[in-house]
Amino acid sequence: MRIKDHPILDFERNEKITFTYNGQSIEAYANESIAAALHASGIRVFGHGVKLHQPRGLFCAIGNCSSCFMTVDGVPNVRICTTYPEEGMVVEEQVGRGVAWSD
Amino acid sequence: MINPGINNAEILIIGGGPAGLCAAKAAAELGAHVIICERDRFLGGQLVKQTHKFFGSEKQSAGKRGIWIGENLTKEIEENENIVVLKNAAVVGYYEDGVVGVMQNNTFIKIKPEKTIIATGAAEKFLVFPGNSLPGVYGAGAVQTLMNVSGVKPANRVLMVGSGNIGLIVAYQLKQAGVEIAAVVEAAPQVGGFLVHASKIRRGGIPVLTRHTIVKAYGKDQVEGAVICKLDETGNPIPGTEQDIECDVICLAVGLTPLTEICAQAECDLKYIKELSGHVPIVDENLQTTTNGVYVAGDITGVEEASSAMVEGRLAGYAAAESLNYGLEKAPALKEEAREELRELRAGPMGLTILKGMEKLNAEGGHVHANLNRYSE
Repeated sequence: MRIKDHPILDFERNEKITFTYNGQSIEAYANESIAAALHASGIRVFGHGVKLHQPRGLFCAIGNCSSCFMTVDGVPNVRICTTYPEEGMVVEEQVGRGVAWSD
Repeated sequence: MINPGINNAEILIIGGGPAGLCAAKAAAELGAHVIICERDRFLGGQLVKQTHKFFGSEKQSAGKRGIWIGENLTKEIEENENIVVLKNAAVVGYYEDGVVGVMQNNTFIKIKPEKTIIATGAAEKFLVFPGNSLPGVYGAGAVQTLMNVSGVKPANRVLMVGSGNIGLIVAYQLKQAGVEIAAVVEAAPQVGGFLVHASKIRRGGIPVLTRHTIVKAYGKDQVEGAVICKLDETGNPIPGTEQDIECDVICLAVGLTPLTEICAQAECDLKYIKELSGHVPIVDENLQTTTNGVYVAGDITGVEEASSAMVEGRLAGYAAAESLNYGLEKAPALKEEAREELRELRAGPMGLTILKGMEKLNAEGGHVHANLNRYSE
C-alpha cells in the first residue's frame, strides 16, 4: 500500500514502471526501490534461507545487510533495497547462494 | 575524468552522508580536489528520510528538517567545481598499496588518493529472540526508508522495540503515515531518548512500556504478532506477565554500530568501546586514524547524531586539506571552531556517554585490533 496524504512529504508518482517478479507483473514509481515496490504490492517474503529454508524479508533497506538478495535480470545476489526497477526488468526469488555470471 | 587505469586523487571521501558531504565541502573550500564515492544513487545518506526538525544551534541548521539539510548540502556539493561525485559507487576494498577499489555500475574503478576520509556511517543492530528472522522484523531505518523515501506504508500495526531517539521519532513518523503503533517497549527503567519526543508520542496515545521486552515473534510465513513481558529490577523476565501484541511489523530500534570494515582493511587500529557502540578507530585531534593519511568522520567514530557527524566531517575535511598544504592560514582556526562546536553538542546529558567513550578510546591499554582482514603477514 502507498501513502497518499502525508503531513510533511509529497511523493511524486508521475512515471509508472512495470517489471516482473517471479513472472508476476509489478508496478513501481520513481523513488521506489524494487523492495519498496514489492512491499507496496503486498509482497514481503523476499526469499528463503539457504540452509533452513525459512522465509526471509527486508531488514536494513539501505544496502548493508544481505537479507533481500534476489536475482535481477539473471544476476544473483542483488540487493533489491538499493536497486531501482527499470521497465521490463526481470526480478526473481533467488534459490541458493547464486552462481557467478559473465556478460 | 575516471579512466580504466589508476585514478590519482587528492582526497577521496567514502560515503556521501552528512559527514562525507560536509568533509567534501570543507576540503573543497580550502582549495583541495575531492572525489566522493556513494553506493546509493543519491547523496545525503540517511538525511533523506529525516522528516523531523534537528536540534543543536543555528550553525548545525537546528530547527530545519533533516531532509531539507540533505537536499541543500547535495546541491552545494554538486555545484562545487572542486568535487567529483561518483554515485552508485560502492567502495569494495582498500588495498595494501593504498589503492581503493570501487564498483560503479558493474565497472571496477581504481582510485589512489593522497588522503582518504572514511565516512561510512553505521548499521542497525539486531536483537536475539525466537522468530526474529520472520519477514516483518525490520530495522527502524528500514521502516523509515520505506515510508519517508518510497512513500510505501510499511505496516498496519507496529510493535516498536527500543525507546531511544530513533525508536521514538520513527514511532511518531509511523503515526504520521497512518500506521497504528501497538506499543513502544523499552528494557531500561526509563525512556532512552529525549523527553520531548517521548511526550509527543505519549500525547498521541501510544503506550511507552519501560522495563518491558520482546519475548518472541510469531507468524506462519511472516510476522502476525509478538509476545512481550515485564522485566524485574535485574532485567530478567517476570513469569506470568506475558502479553500478546497483534502486529504485522516488529520494528527494532536497538541502536547502531559503526561500519569500520574499510578502516580495518586500511589497517587502522580499532578498539571496542561500548559507549561508542562498537569497534571504532583510534583517532587524533584531527580525526586522523593510526594509518597516516586516513581520516574518519561521522558515526564511524562512535554512533551519535547527524548534527555531530556534520561537524566531524568539517573537521576531517579541513584537516585533510591542510595536510596537503591547502588553506594553511585559515585551517587551524576553522578546525578549532569545529572542535568547539563538537564540545557544545556533547555538553548535554546525551553527550556524557560519548565523552566517556572517547576518554576510554584515548586511554592507554584496551585490546587494539588491526589487520582484521589480513590472512597472512
